[in-house]
Amino acid sequence: MAGGTPGLFRRFARNRAALLGLVILLVVVGLALAAPTLYPRNPLRIVGPAELWPLQDPRFPLGTDSIGRNIAAIIAHGARATLLIGIFASLTATLIGVTIGAAAGWFGGWVDELLMRLTEMFQVVPGLVFVLTIVSILGGTVENITIAVGVVSWTGIARLTRAEFLTLRDREFVQACRAMGMPDWRIVLAEVLPNALPPVIVLSSLAVASAILFESAVSFLGLGDPQVASWGRLVGEGRTLIRSSWYISAVPGVAIMLMVLALNLIGDGLNDALNPKLRNR
Amino acid sequence: MPLLQAHSLGVHFATPRGLLRAVAGVSLAIEAGETLGLVGESGCGKSTLGRAIMRLVPIAEGTLLLEGQDITRLEGASLKQVRPKVQMVFQDPVSSLNPRRRVGSLVGQPLSVAGWSRRDIADRVAELLAQVSLPRDAAERFPHEFSGGQRQRIGIARALALSPKLVICDEPVSALDVSVRAQVINLLKDFQDRLGVGYLFISHDLSVVENVADRLMVMYLGRVVEQGAAEAVLRRPAHPYTHALLSAAPVANPRLARARQRVVLQGELPSPVNPPSGCPFRTRCPFAEARCAAEVPLLRPAPGDGQLVACHFDFTERFAAAADAATGVSA
Amino acid sequence: MSGLEVRGLSVALFTRAGVLPALSGVSLRVPPGRTLALVGESGCGKSMTALAIMRLLPEPPARIVAGQVMLDGVDLAALPERRMLAVRGKAVSMIFQDPMSSLNPVATVGEQIVEVLRRHEGLGGRAARQRAVELLELVGIPDAAARLDEYPHRLSGGMCQRVMIAIAIACRPALLVADEPTTALDVTVQAQILELLQRLQAETGMALLLITHDLGVVAEMADEVAVMYAGRIVEQGPVDAVFDAPLHPYTRGLIGATPSGGTAGRHARLADIPGSVPGLAELPAGCAFAPRCPLAFGACGAQPALLAQAPGHVVACFAAEGVPADAAAAGA
Repeated sequence: MAGGTPGLFRRFARNRAALLGLVILLVVVGLALAAPTLYPRNPLRIVGPAELWPLQDPRFPLGTDSIGRNIAAIIAHGARATLLIGIFASLTATLIGVTIGAAAGWFGGWVDELLMRLTEMFQVVPGLVFVLTIVSILGGTVENITIAVGVVSWTGIARLTRAEFLTLRDREFVQACRAMGMPDWRIVLAEVLPNALPPVIVLSSLAVASAILFESAVSFLGLGDPQVASWGRLVGEGRTLIRSSWYISAVPGVAIMLMVLALNLIGDGLNDALNPKLRNR
Repeated sequence: MPLLQAHSLGVHFATPRGLLRAVAGVSLAIEAGETLGLVGESGCGKSTLGRAIMRLVPIAEGTLLLEGQDITRLEGASLKQVRPKVQMVFQDPVSSLNPRRRVGSLVGQPLSVAGWSRRDIADRVAELLAQVSLPRDAAERFPHEFSGGQRQRIGIARALALSPKLVICDEPVSALDVSVRAQVINLLKDFQDRLGVGYLFISHDLSVVENVADRLMVMYLGRVVEQGAAEAVLRRPAHPYTHALLSAAPVANPRLARARQRVVLQGELPSPVNPPSGCPFRTRCPFAEARCAAEVPLLRPAPGDGQLVACHFDFTERFAAAADAATGVSA
Repeated sequence: MSGLEVRGLSVALFTRAGVLPALSGVSLRVPPGRTLALVGESGCGKSMTALAIMRLLPEPPARIVAGQVMLDGVDLAALPERRMLAVRGKAVSMIFQDPMSSLNPVATVGEQIVEVLRRHEGLGGRAARQRAVELLELVGIPDAAARLDEYPHRLSGGMCQRVMIAIAIACRPALLVADEPTTALDVTVQAQILELLQRLQAETGMALLLITHDLGVVAEMADEVAVMYAGRIVEQGPVDAVFDAPLHPYTRGLIGATPSGGTAGRHARLADIPGSVPGLAELPAGCAFAPRCPLAFGACGAQPALLAQAPGHVVACFAAEGVPADAAAAGA
């Protein structure tokens, strides 16, 4: 809808770093999709000798962990969990944030006051503490972690959406819609929202990255789902052997770093591509 | 029966510094096929008055009649029913068009709100785009692909889509270049001649209003200070503020500009939240006397041509003499 | 000679889409105490000319590629930026369209005036403050001493523009460039500001380069007028000559399209110029106005030169050269 998609991609691809980020993301997505084919059996199964360094045995290209599990299989299956949690947590945060921000910005007055105070209440609680509290109460399943991360990540999106709505609300085209008798809900959904979304989309892509970090932290602390292979959990399990077999923590650590870096680069690229002021450069 | 009638209309806004009477006691009437020019400087309440007539801001006092029907307090479905009769052309050709919609969708919006079928909308949009002289393929393009003048044509097409009876033109040419301005003014005039639509033409630019208005209304700090036939108000102004406005407007004629005696008003617009007592203009009026601070002047017929003026004194002769002196030199 | 003399100034924009000619061979003269009005529509290059003279072009993409900007014998276009810093605000000053955003919102009016005085005049402390009060009084700000400690947002648009003018004339510049100084203001305030500029010019003898789209302001203020279209001057001459007998079809169109007091009534149709100003990337070969021109003929495929048709009155148009019949025959 925004000026044609081909133009959007061309502007995005102009940013070489963003393109690199996209390539990394696609590799991870490919890995996640291929995981069941590459490693059809449970990745948490013991398959070989313990603490086998990477590149020593062609069966275990990334080595094995402290109890002899295949790190490559854990990374591949972990990519699924990481991506799913990241994407769904970001979607949850965007849904909550946009709804609250839009309501606050559109209605203003006491609605705005109330919703913004609520947002501030969420902002003052440290995110990780909040997530750990929710997870330890509800239990460490993938679904609960996703919801917990979504619930703590929406505040920035809400504030941004509110700011966009505040400026858009007074634009003449909104007045024109009111003048032709368009109902409020239609103005909000069909007129204002599409104009408010581009910066929000950038923030949502960054929220995926922070959700991945949250998940890693939860798993690192051993509060994650014990049935699910996860990068953060592997980092946590490897930390006791950090002096001898540091690669156990380093391999998933690098995977997390690359993934977060890729998402940030994509966020920058989207920002350039969606920002109309930079379009003609 | 006039198309639109307003009786002592008032619009108030609550501000942190107190109640702002943006429009106070304004009465007006617009006939079908007629243009009422509304002139004043920023902050005089002219845009607010336009939006009040559009029912976009709440009306605090007075009544508003459209074709004899009281629409002052209409809400919901009944308001939606009269909306198509009054439409608006906005000042800013950039912000008045949603940048993410194609031109065809923008122009068709009022039709779609009114429940037209997809095919009827497409036909009507094509007809409207042709009427405002936009290329046939314009419907498929986005507003940013057009120049300011073309965008204003899109806005006009949208306003005329449902064949309104009255169109509020809020500074429709102020953001446009001179050469394009004339195109848009001519277009608006053509539509009026053909469709018999009434205009409330809001502008700060007297030379533009002079070119379009049948009757004229001058506002200052939310109040009407003078109103009447455009010819009369412009040729024989009766209020010192109208006189000053006319005198301050630059004339695109160097000899005339040099010859005439300019009245340059001192000071600036007082705060509308805390307007002066009595006559709102008295703080800048070169002729103000003690009476002006004590009594609010009411609109009354001015001598001669019969326009209405809100001033305690008669300046018509004096202003006319000054004007004749200036044009006499130029001739 | 003294005053401003611009010779053959050309500015190009170096963009992704290629090199675009923003200004082509602009030549102007503004003697001391005189006012030259540069008129044209948006995108015609009038603001670009002002910024080039001030050496304030957005670089990149814009760059001066040819020409001289002589001010009292010095070529500003060739000065290194370090020396230009000493010229700007002292020998040449500029005021802008939007006075509210031209002032720094977090500094008081006094601080902003004193800054200029300290920089260029070496004044400090009480002397600078004293001079700042004088300047504010000079530009007609009532209760000047008290206003010195106000922040810009406390002042109206007209007052802000007065402050901008006070800053601009603080060092008695030889040239003041005013880019649409009254466009953002109401008519009654516009009249005040124009009167102020005229009075200050009479007192200081500065040259005034006035950039505007408003022919009314031109008629009120200018001695000379230069009309710009698509980066070129198409007509230039004394203000009476240009208004009485405009030679370029574009000038004629502009004057015809301007509703002017006393001449047009409710039922008079305004003359309009068809089409709109072309973008720099889509300029036609030859005369840029030809596609909109009622008089265009074969010869207009070439670029017309600015030629004198009367003393001091130049025009760049084949149709105005008095030989349209021959040229038309040659072109057909």
